[in-house]
Order: sequence, then C-alpha cells, then structure tokens
Amino acid sequence: MSDNIVEISDLNFAYNDQPLLRGIDMLFPRGKVVAIMGGSGSGKTTTLRLIGGQLKPNSGTVRVDGKVVHELGSDGIYKMRRKMGMLFQFGALFTDLSVFDNVAFPMREHTDLPESVIRDLVLLKLNAVGLRGARDLMPAELSGGMSRRVALARAVALDPMLIMYDEPFAGLDPISMGVIVNLIRRLNDALGATSIVVTHDVHEAFSFVDYVYFVSAGQVVAEGTPKDLSTSAMPYVHQFVHGEADGPVPFHYAAPDYRQDMLRSTHV
Amino acid sequence: MDRTTLDLWVGIFVAVGMAAMLGLAMKVGNLTSSQIGETYSMTAAFENIGGLKARAPVKSAGVVVGRVDNIRFDDKNYEALVTINVGTPYHFPKDTIATIYTSGLLGEQYIGLEAGGDSAMLANGDKIAKTQDAVVLEKLISQFLYNKASENNSGDKK
Amino acid sequence: MFEHLTATLRGIGHRVIDRIWHLGAGARFFLHTLALSGESFRRLHLTIREIYFTGVLSMVIILVSALFVGMVLGLQGYNTLQKYGSADAIGVLVALSLVRELGPVVTALLFAGRAGTAITAEIGLMKATEQLSAMEMMAVSPIARVVAPRFWAGVFSMPLLSALFSMMGVFGGFLVAVPLIGIDNGAFWSQMQANVDWNVDIANGLIKSCVFGVACTIIALFEGYDAPPTAEGVSRATTRTVVNSSLAVLGLDFVLTSFMIS
Repeated sequence: MSDNIVEISDLNFAYNDQPLLRGIDMLFPRGKVVAIMGGSGSGKTTTLRLIGGQLKPNSGTVRVDGKVVHELGSDGIYKMRRKMGMLFQFGALFTDLSVFDNVAFPMREHTDLPESVIRDLVLLKLNAVGLRGARDLMPAELSGGMSRRVALARAVALDPMLIMYDEPFAGLDPISMGVIVNLIRRLNDALGATSIVVTHDVHEAFSFVDYVYFVSAGQVVAEGTPKDLSTSAMPYVHQFVHGEADGPVPFHYAAPDYRQDMLRSTHV
Repeated sequence: MDRTTLDLWVGIFVAVGMAAMLGLAMKVGNLTSSQIGETYSMTAAFENIGGLKARAPVKSAGVVVGRVDNIRFDDKNYEALVTINVGTPYHFPKDTIATIYTSGLLGEQYIGLEAGGDSAMLANGDKIAKTQDAVVLEKLISQFLYNKASENNSGDKK
Repeated sequence: MFEHLTATLRGIGHRVIDRIWHLGAGARFFLHTLALSGESFRRLHLTIREIYFTGVLSMVIILVSALFVGMVLGLQGYNTLQKYGSADAIGVLVALSLVRELGPVVTALLFAGRAGTAITAEIGLMKATEQLSAMEMMAVSPIARVVAPRFWAGVFSMPLLSALFSMMGVFGGFLVAVPLIGIDNGAFWSQMQANVDWNVDIANGLIKSCVFGVACTIIALFEGYDAPPTAEGVSRATTRTVVNSSLAVLGLDFVLTSFMIS
C-alpha cells in the first residue's frame, strides 16, 4: 500500500480543445490536508473532478488508492466514490430534502442500516458540525455558512478516506470561515482521512494545511509547506500570497496600445 | 409534505382516474353490450361482400348477436368466405339466410341473419347455405341504366 | 453578398446538425433511463412521490379545461348539427371528439405546459446548483434516482389524466346539451353508447395517451438534464420543452391516428 492516497502523474486535460492542464504532477499523502491554489479558471476544480472520475484525462494518470481512475468501469468508479466525500461550492444540498434527510441520504442509498441506527449516525455527524438542532430545517432556510456545514456533514456521512473541498470558504463571513477551517482540520484528523482543499483564500488556507500546490497556466508552478511559500521569492507565488494587483498575472487584459486606441476613437 | 398525506393524494388520484376509465367504458362506450361471452363460429360464402369488414356486427331482427371474425378469398370457387362468431345462447336453423345489409344509406355494412323454419340447428363450424350478396352501387346503377335502355328500345319497337 | 448567403446556409446546416445531434443524445438518454428503471419500482415511494407532483397537481387544470372544452363542443356542435336536423347526435359528437382526439391530445399539451415545464425547471436547477454532480460523487446515479421515477410517474399519470379529461368533457357537453339546450337525456346517452366503441375509440385513445405520456415526459426530463447550468439556460430549456413536446404530440397523433384508422 503506497503512502500516497492520490497520485497524479503527467496529467493533461483539455476542455473543448482548450488545454487546461498541461502535465500536472501531484502527490497527496495519507492523513494530510493539502491545498490546491491558483487563480480563477486555472483548473483547480477540474483536477478534483478528474480525481473523482467525473472527467477523463487526455493523457497521464490519476491513481486513487493504487487504482487508475479512468480505467475503472462504472462499477469500480462507484465503489471508489463510496470511499470519497466531496463538499461542493455553496453546498449543493438537495433542496427537496430536510437537513436530516440530506445527511441521511448517503447512508440510505448505500447501506441497509435500520432507520434507528441511521438516526443516531446522522445526529452524530450533525453534532460534529454543530447543527444537530437544525435537523428539521429545509436547505432554503439555512444561511450560507450553515448549508456549507450541513454539506460537510453529508460529505463525511460514510467516514470516507478522502475528502475533497471545492472552494469551501467562498462567500463566507469571518466567523463561518473560522468554523469551516476548524472543522476541516478536526474531521481530517478524527477520521484519519486525507483532505484536498481547492481554494484561493491564502490567509485561511495557510493557517491549517500541511502542503500547498500552486497551479498557473495549467502547470504546477510551486509547491511546499505554507511556511516555505509565504517567504518564497518566486514572482507568481509572491504576487498570489501578497495579493499584488500586477505581476506575472497581468492586470490588463490583452489590448492594443492605449494612446493609439484613444486617438483612433476621436477620428471617427 | 409527509409520506402518508402524499400517498393519500396519489391514491385518490389513481382511484378517480380508474373510475373515469371505467365510466368511459360503461357509460360512454358500449362495453356492457359488446360480446364478451362465449361464441361459436360458422362460415358463409358470398359472391360479393361489398364493404363488409372484420368485426362488423352480425344482427338478427336488428339485435347484435355476433361479430364477423375474418374474411377470406376462396380461389377454388372464386367467392368470399366469411367466418362469423355468434353468441352461444343464440341458435339458428339450418336454412337461415345470411344477407349483407348497409346500415342507413351510406353507413357501414353488417350481416343480417334471417331464421328459416328448419328444426335442425346450425352448429359450430357449419356453413350457412343460403346467402345474399351486398348491394353494390355501381351494379345497381348499371342495371337501372340497362333497364331504362331496354324500356326505351321496346318502346321504340312498338 | 455571396458570402452572406454561404454564411446563412452554413448557419442553417449547423443548426440542423445540432438538432439531429440533440435528438440522438435524447434517444440515448431515453434508453439509459429505461435501463436504470429498476430502482423506480423497487423503491416505489420515489415514483409515488413524483406521481403526486406530475399527476395529482395537474388534476385541477385538466378537469377545469375539460369542462370548458366539453361545453364548447356542445355549443358548437349543436350549432352545426341543428342545421341538418341532427341535434340528437350531439352526444356522439362530443364523446367521439373527446375520446378519440381531444382527450389525449389536449391533455398531453396541458401536461407538457404544466408538469413538463416543472420537471425541466426542477432538473435544470438541480444541475445548475450541482446537486446532480453531488449525487454522482456520492455514487448514486442521478438517472436512476431522479430521472427514472419522474419518467414512470409521467407515463402512469397521463392515461389517467386523459380519461379524466374525456369524462369531464362529456359531462360538460351533457351540461350544455340537456339542461341548457334541452336535448332529450335518453337520446343523448343512448346515441353515444351505440356509436362509441370500446376497442376502436376508447382503447385507442388510451393507447395514444400512453404514447404521449412517454414522449412529453422524456422530452421534459431530457431538456432539463441537458440544459446549460445557468439561469438563462434553464429558462430556454423550459421553453424548448413546451415547443418540442407540443410538436411531438401533434406529430405522433397523426402517425397513431393513421395506424388506427387503417
């Protein structure tokens, strides 16, 4: 059994002939929390989908627990997904089910446990995220932070070995952000699982992850522990970590010369 | 909406829907009066069946007693062999005449059975001996014209 | 100018190919739904829930529309028949029009407008809010869990709704003919019963409504499942559901009627 739960080697993926990932190599060791960071549209969410088998790579391999994902048949993929949990951006709770039913969903679908046992498990998970009292609310009645937490409870309903988070901090207030950070770390350690966090929230991510991969223009441009990267001299990393307006990622979208453009428009 | 209320409403829906279907069958259609009982079959040969179709009614004294089962062409005698299914309670004597009538002036065609006086009854598989063909409009017209023509001729000769 | 023409032709060709591709994807989706239908029957409560949303909630619009259609048929039919002294045949007219054609077809069109758009919007929104993706990642097939129960609910509801429509329509015609206009009650029903055949008229009408049920429901499901996951995409998909369902129903009606008449 390898030390890494997920191994990505030389991954290439193009979306509608637009190359998105060009030769990505990443390793995710067991029991660690790893962040994938980068600008919008850099392919972070796509990487998660490739790990989960929702997309097939053009070339290269993604290995989860030793097996190559895109070589698994639909049976194999479903078996693999039962050991994974994914927290989608904004939660993706089932709007026609209550909080309780949402968390109970994976248990009811994949196990034959009697309702009494399911009830206990659901309340356990909801308690872990602090929402045991909200069990009968409908998703429409929850705030953003609360839906995220319920979705987290649902993602860990079957005690997965790999948990993936797609932009878990997007649009949250500071308190909720703190709560989620806390939960990600605690759940990972309590379950002995591995967590992959896709985000562009530098401050939050650096405060609790073990390792970071920086992705830009389809390639891994930097990797290391948060401590190493916050003092890195690499231009892209520096711009990203310090939130500089201009740098390797330019401020201006490609445009003709400014003076020429302005002068030309007065001629009409 | 909890499950029991939901189930109740769906149950009501299905019940009402089934009732509507039953209502359509009984009140609107003619399911109650159509042949569901046992039947026995007989054949009849016609030189011309006109527009008679399978499943056309077989009536006697105006009451539906059976249905036309199928129509075949007999190429030995060059006539149409019609098989009819008549309800088991109805018995017809051996000298029954089977005629093809038209309901109304231009309506669908049906077979009418006129009972004879024979004491022996037709049984399953028997052939009805006496038949009368359908009235074909073209033949009627040509016959009329022919009669008219011969009338004029004989009128002229005089 | 020549370039403009070729550009237009290319656009038309492109759109035709797009539609054909869409049709193929829809057919594949249909077969996929059928293949994964086992769960809809093993866990019947899923399907029953959907029967509530497609069938029960459509009852009101079906019954009200049927009443009005029947009454209009009664009025218009009487208007024409009494010119030929055949006002007694009003029952036959109303019943045959409803049972053979109007029942299945109008029910299907109303169903597409009410239940079909609801299905498309619901599935489209589930796709846009990543609920279908989340289900996939939880190793639950969205087609087996979300699509198939709705499909069978629609197929099951449609003949029932169609029968309800026909019955209500006949009642509407009866209301106009007997109490209002004064046609003899006995003549109304006896003429109808003599001329409406279970096999040829009613059963055929029910077969039609089953076929329409399949068509409308699968179109609604597919448009929702295939919609671009944006607000505009979902709204366009609901429009497509109504348009495509209506065209399919009317086209299938012609095909089925010609089969049944021969």
